[in-house]
Amino acid sequence: MHTLPQQLANGLFLGSMYGLIAIGYTMVYGIVQLINFAHGEIFMTGAFGALAVYTNLPSSMSIWAALPLMLVGGAIVSVLIAVGAERFAYRPLRNAPRLAPLITAIGLSLALQQAVFNWYPHATAGKHFPQLPGGPFHIGSVDVQSGDLFLLGAAIVCMIALGVFVRSSRTGRAMQATAQDPDTAKLMGVDTNRIIIIAFAIGGLFAAVAGVAYGLKYGQVKYDIGFQAGLKAFTAAVLGGIGNIYGAMLGGLVLGIAEACATAYIANVPGMEQFGGGAWAQVWAFVLLIVVLLVRPQGLLGERVADRA
Amino acid sequence: MRHRSLLILTSVLATGALTLTACGSRSDDSKKGGDNSSGGSKTTVVIGVDAPLTGANSATGLGIQYGVQIAVDDANAKNLVPGVTFKVKALDDKAQPATGQTNATALVQESDVIAAVGPLNSGVAQSMQQVFESAKMVEISPSNTNPALTQGKDWATGTKTRPFTTYFRTATTDANQGNFAADYAVNTLKKKSAFVVDDKQTYGAGLAGIFQGKFKSLGGKIAGTDHVNTGDTDFSALVTKIKNSHADMVYYGGQYDESELVTKQLKAAGVHIPLMGGDGMYSDTYIKTAGQAAEGDLATSVGVPVETLPAAKTFIDTYKSKGYPGDYGTYGGYSYDAATAIIKAVKTVMDANGGKLPSDARAKLVDAVQKTDFDGIAGHVSFDQYGDTTNKQLTVYQVKGGKWTAVKTGVYNG
Repeated sequence: MHTLPQQLANGLFLGSMYGLIAIGYTMVYGIVQLINFAHGEIFMTGAFGALAVYTNLPSSMSIWAALPLMLVGGAIVSVLIAVGAERFAYRPLRNAPRLAPLITAIGLSLALQQAVFNWYPHATAGKHFPQLPGGPFHIGSVDVQSGDLFLLGAAIVCMIALGVFVRSSRTGRAMQATAQDPDTAKLMGVDTNRIIIIAFAIGGLFAAVAGVAYGLKYGQVKYDIGFQAGLKAFTAAVLGGIGNIYGAMLGGLVLGIAEACATAYIANVPGMEQFGGGAWAQVWAFVLLIVVLLVRPQGLLGERVADRA
Repeated sequence: MRHRSLLILTSVLATGALTLTACGSRSDDSKKGGDNSSGGSKTTVVIGVDAPLTGANSATGLGIQYGVQIAVDDANAKNLVPGVTFKVKALDDKAQPATGQTNATALVQESDVIAAVGPLNSGVAQSMQQVFESAKMVEISPSNTNPALTQGKDWATGTKTRPFTTYFRTATTDANQGNFAADYAVNTLKKKSAFVVDDKQTYGAGLAGIFQGKFKSLGGKIAGTDHVNTGDTDFSALVTKIKNSHADMVYYGGQYDESELVTKQLKAAGVHIPLMGGDGMYSDTYIKTAGQAAEGDLATSVGVPVETLPAAKTFIDTYKSKGYPGDYGTYGGYSYDAATAIIKAVKTVMDANGGKLPSDARAKLVDAVQKTDFDGIAGHVSFDQYGDTTNKQLTVYQVKGGKWTAVKTGVYNG
């Protein structure tokens, strides 16, 4: 078991990324009860937006100088797409039956994937993404890559900022009010449409940060990375209790660590040799999800909301 | 409310399905019309191509498409078969067996398609073989290496039976490749302990299994095994396992799309042992993505390096001067030869029929291809009783100075 610290670290980094994406699912769900299945693609377009910025910068520019610009570029793309999706695809369906926006979201997800596939230059195969120099760093028995440090740092900074924003700012409190009861919030003078747009924008912003972190960590982005990442992040959001922002991050971390440990240790359990390894990691992640939901149907940090049943 | 949402769901699905079907048939019709009108006084014969042209494996897949294209252009320019203009119809299978089968059906249904080259992946081939067999249409793969495709599922026990008479390949099998690789690892690299990973696909799992068996029988130790999913990008947990196993090499059965990331994450974690794989990862894209981490990694591939073949020089020049995308290095030469085998067979069939294409040309072509015997640009081309190539050349490549460099070429014999 002496590899445990390393495997926990692997899971922590992977989980931070799931968590960052899961914020988008959970915020949107918390406020409009919509599962925005196009969110995985918003993450992907953020990565491509950042890559487009990097490609157009002079090659003499170092990655450290380019990184803030890439983050801004990715964020602009993701936020515009997220807000545009809300305005043109979801808002007209806000009072339609729940299934209609859900199907719209799936359709939008496919459309965004195909759009990048067709129109981003040479995106039919994987695109090279710049990586941060330096590393690996040795912390005890754990190796950490510079891309992982960026990911972890970004996740912590984003989470703290979001927590402060939601708890202390006027808009944040309006957001909580809208989540609790949109009609009453509206009566109290909250512009709910504005709140919904902000929720989508924050989700897009976090997805863009995750997209850049993904590129830096793996050195490659593809037009279809949003599908799997989105699915995992959605799982993380449900695991943590959908609607709860801290739950989304916690769910991401639990999922990431569960995957890493399943890959490493399930095969060591006598009689379970064939169920271990990377191929089964996702199966174990979902087994965990089902077990948690059996015991706590509202998720790890979710609250049972009586008036919304 | 419930009924209304159900109604909407059903109608959306139905509309979607109808739109898709409509698109499919429309594009086929227009294509066919175009082919017929441009035929003129000459007969137009179409050679189908099926390979991954986008997404995963597309670098080597495009090499197949344009390898065939050059063969067809050459045949037309040299008027190899008088009275016939050859054309290429390339379909994208996205490395998915289901898409491959759809493509096979589409090719079979078009009356002017006479034979097909492809696919790239053994798993895709499995889903296509029966379609071509029923239509009595020749399919020559330049790259499938799984032994069961030609020798039946019991090939390992020595009971070889050919399952499909219309299926041929110009690449040799993994029974040779996996053993060749294990032999090189133990006897030349002096490796003692290997960690074996595969991607659970027909090709990858088959190749890794053969390597593993031979590596053990040569006295090597298997330090561990694991499987990954195609499309995965995070291999950190796997890398930690490999590191902890103290293996002195990794063998990967699968494609470059995953192995380039495995080697990158492996070296980044400070595990400086070579990763070895098969023809699926012998691609320039592997080095481009993995960068410095690829240095010292090895891949076996089918045939001899095309650059060293004098006959292939014009082919490479054409490929480069036309600016075709993809990697010609892995299967380009074999694709050229596969298409040429079909073109030559068309000539044989027509000569026997008084210079005209017989009405059952597809079926007659099967016998003609079976009797193929000529020197192609990538070596001698002929097929044995299973449809396998008689050219069993294999090459071990190693990444040196950012380029695949041939370090050993030979034939595996026991």
